[in-house]
Amino acid sequence: MVASDAVVQSLTGSAGDPARGRAIVADRQKGFCLLCHSGPFPEEPLQGNLAPSLAGAGSRWNEGQLRLRLMDNKRVNPESIMPAYHRIEGLNRVGANWRDRPILSAAEIEDVLAFLMGLKAERAP
Amino acid sequence: MRRIAFALLACCSVAVAEERRSGLLDMRPEAQAMQRDDSMNPGMLWVLDGEALWGHKPNPAAQSCADCHGDAASSMRGVAARYPAFDAVQGAAIDLAGRIIQCRETRQGGAPLAREGQELLALTSFVAHQSRGLPIAPPNDAGMRAARAQGQSIYITRLGQLDLSCAQCHDDHAGGRLAGSVIPQGHPTGYPIYRLEWQRVGSLQRRLRGCMVGVRAEPFAYGSAEFIAIEAYLMERARGMEVETPAIRP
Repeated sequence: MVASDAVVQSLTGSAGDPARGRAIVADRQKGFCLLCHSGPFPEEPLQGNLAPSLAGAGSRWNEGQLRLRLMDNKRVNPESIMPAYHRIEGLNRVGANWRDRPILSAAEIEDVLAFLMGLKAERAP
Repeated sequence: MRRIAFALLACCSVAVAEERRSGLLDMRPEAQAMQRDDSMNPGMLWVLDGEALWGHKPNPAAQSCADCHGDAASSMRGVAARYPAFDAVQGAAIDLAGRIIQCRETRQGGAPLAREGQELLALTSFVAHQSRGLPIAPPNDAGMRAARAQGQSIYITRLGQLDLSCAQCHDDHAGGRLAGSVIPQGHPTGYPIYRLEWQRVGSLQRRLRGCMVGVRAEPFAYGSAEFIAIEAYLMERARGMEVETPAIRP
């Protein structure tokens, strides 16, 4: 499934929905991305500075690379503080409410991916 | 040459000491002022409540804390700075709240004190307050070494669905911003604390539970060996820092 540093195939067989993806990224109970990252969310005042800005993410990675990093960033960087959004093995003392299910479903991963791939770096004029 | 070496050594040890920072300094100035002024610090209500309980007999036949320990200002001074301590009877580390629970059960015979209950928080606040301004000074006895090692091991273990260790936030990213909040270094200098988010006083173990739930881990039980071990490790990590009880925290 993992080819070098990318997961090339969609987890659902189809493309995600960027609007749903944006909502997941901003949701502090669902994707909680803005706890650590900042990004182009002018309506969200409290954004973290523990990780790179999400702005331009779609230019830094191709789709397969970003899919892998969302699913399990520790495959690329074992020291990463980023949770593995689509892995259930190898975790300690997971709370009963969260056990044996990933943070994001396959469809949610594809939605977030569709949103992030749309965040292109602005080109100099 | 030797003088230079000494000067270097002095330099370095000061630098290390300065790297540690109480969460007090991470708060906005108004919250710091609230902690520093006893007439504004809501944690003092628990201290005063504890002072009343200190002299109160839990039942008419029982002895009060004061009947045995006398004036807490002298008998309890420095005690909280040394806890958790090794309890020879249990053969394990015991935290300050646990010792108060034990004293109530074995010597006073009153109704048991519940973890995070008003009475226990008040008594713990009152006792810990007697050490305010003193340096944290964990005992060097062999009995505490196992607990500290266990605590350190938990501290560096990734936990929960979010797979984060205490160390990743409070060592590696202290000073950074998690959403809008500055991540403190996590020194237990002021417990029990009045936490603005709780709008009441709570223990270090309650605070630790909050972090565990935050990373979607199954929290340890109140009074468990694991929590006391983490507390013992954190107190060693904060050795020499000043006790602030009752601290205010966001």
